[in-house]
Amino acid sequence: MFPKPVQSMSRTARLTYQVALPVMLVIWLLPLLGVAVTSLRPSSDLAQGNYFGMPSALAFSNYLDVFKNSPFASYMLNSFRVTIPTVIGAVALSCLTGYALAVYKFRSNLIIFFMFVAGNFVPFQILMVPVRDLTVNMGLYDSITGLALFHVAFQTGFCTLFMRNFIKALPKELIEVARVEGVGEWQIFWHIVLPLVRPAIAALSVLVFTFIWNDYFWATVLTTGADTQPITAGLQSLNGQWVAAWHLVSAGSILAALPPVAMFFLMQKHFIAGLTLGAVK
Amino acid sequence: MTDSSVPASRNSGAFTPRRKLGRKLAPWLFLAPGMIMFLVYVIIPIGQSMWISFFQWDGLSPKSWVGIENYIELLDDEAFYTSLKNNVIWLVLYMLAIPFGLFIALFLNQTVRGIRIYKSLFFFPFVISQVVVGLIFSWFYAPGFGLLFELTKIFGGEGIAVLANPHTVTYGIIVAGLWPQIAYCMILYLTGLNAVAPDQIEAARLDGAKGIKMLWYVVLPQLRPATFIAVVVTVIGALRSFDLVSIMTDGGPFGSSRVLSYYMYEQALSEYGYRMGYGAAIAVVLFAIMMIFISGFIWKMWRDERGL
Repeated sequence: MFPKPVQSMSRTARLTYQVALPVMLVIWLLPLLGVAVTSLRPSSDLAQGNYFGMPSALAFSNYLDVFKNSPFASYMLNSFRVTIPTVIGAVALSCLTGYALAVYKFRSNLIIFFMFVAGNFVPFQILMVPVRDLTVNMGLYDSITGLALFHVAFQTGFCTLFMRNFIKALPKELIEVARVEGVGEWQIFWHIVLPLVRPAIAALSVLVFTFIWNDYFWATVLTTGADTQPITAGLQSLNGQWVAAWHLVSAGSILAALPPVAMFFLMQKHFIAGLTLGAVK
Repeated sequence: MTDSSVPASRNSGAFTPRRKLGRKLAPWLFLAPGMIMFLVYVIIPIGQSMWISFFQWDGLSPKSWVGIENYIELLDDEAFYTSLKNNVIWLVLYMLAIPFGLFIALFLNQTVRGIRIYKSLFFFPFVISQVVVGLIFSWFYAPGFGLLFELTKIFGGEGIAVLANPHTVTYGIIVAGLWPQIAYCMILYLTGLNAVAPDQIEAARLDGAKGIKMLWYVVLPQLRPATFIAVVVTVIGALRSFDLVSIMTDGGPFGSSRVLSYYMYEQALSEYGYRMGYGAAIAVVLFAIMMIFISGFIWKMWRDERGL
């Protein structure tokens, strides 16, 4: 193991490490902790310039105020309405494409695979004008469907990369034996491969959920109003309205961050497995 | 479809012509839905953007052909050079995420009680949206009451308003961007460290290797795959930077924190009228810069793929 385990070091070294851990963590998360405290500060504290002292009271009401007098709930709901169909769509499509690219040998296989990989890296701006135009022409501008359709298509790139590599690592014999037995191609996919890729489906689901929940650029390009905008774009426009009302901005930020954070903690193993794909040979 | 259909077709001859044709066609049927979506929304728009960059177009009235005029205009555009310069600064400084991420990963690569929770909490900044990260740092930097402003006032006598100063603003935003990026690199290295062969470490230890030497000659070579991914995601992240600029400064003050991605958006959907053609030209330049890196990555992945 590298570095040397602290257990094998002197008592002082061990104690130092035990103290350093929480200290480093607090420094690392300091901006976040500041916002968390601010979100619980009564507005009177801010008015009196009490930005750093102990809050005079814990104002959980800030969290309620965020929902009152602002379409915050609608923004949050829109985020779910965009994110969930995107996860289902992108994962479903990439099970198919990943299977095709991992199992069949045909001439353009690698080229198609690298088209998905390369497309996944391009800057969003090179897609912006045509995608916006396409969405307008389909009558889907400023709609949840229009935004989700784009996300499904774009995320299919990353998901295909992931699925293809995952399926490729499965034992080949399973599929070959089934073929010799005369099992149809679709049957092989549905009954043999699909049950085996469940871990990949879980990993992709949490990752895509986080990516799409946190998307801001496409939300501002393809949607405009509180009826359709997800929370990222919503938070930005609320930030404009709540000038200097940092207790509200903070509470809103914390709320907007909650779903992906909850997702991460619930499915940590899958999340990290997905994110670190390829980090180990 | 039920399982009962499987035995029915058993031994019906895996090598009949029909089966053969089916096996030829099958990959394309599996590929079709995903590929069509990807072509329509990603691959074709790249070409369309290049085409549009030769036009003057407000998004509504008919396009008018202007040839390479948009590109010529770029050459004389002060704001374009500011954005380009900032992109370079982003790219260079963002690379710091890799050594910092490695450092934290080494710090956390222990097996004391509760270490898993620490690892998760260190990873936290990556999970939350860049919009939230941007708001958090705007608050952190805010003049008059922001934590950093107050701290600099205590230590230097005068508070520093990072985001209000054209000379510091880009650096201020990059620090905000590094926060989640370091977390990402950290998790890549933690996973990599997990897979480092313990016997090699022990052998090197017996040979008297330790500390920096051990890291450089024994550990880092084994972490190469993690480093490769860290470089890829950091380069892409640096060139994609849009959210933080938009949230924290809107490209200001005086356009000094613009990057190409933001400047493109600003031009294409500007409040003074849409300039889609000019925006597309900026996007093409950004795309060209990114292609240099993307081709490098693809080249390496292609070689690895062939090597399998």
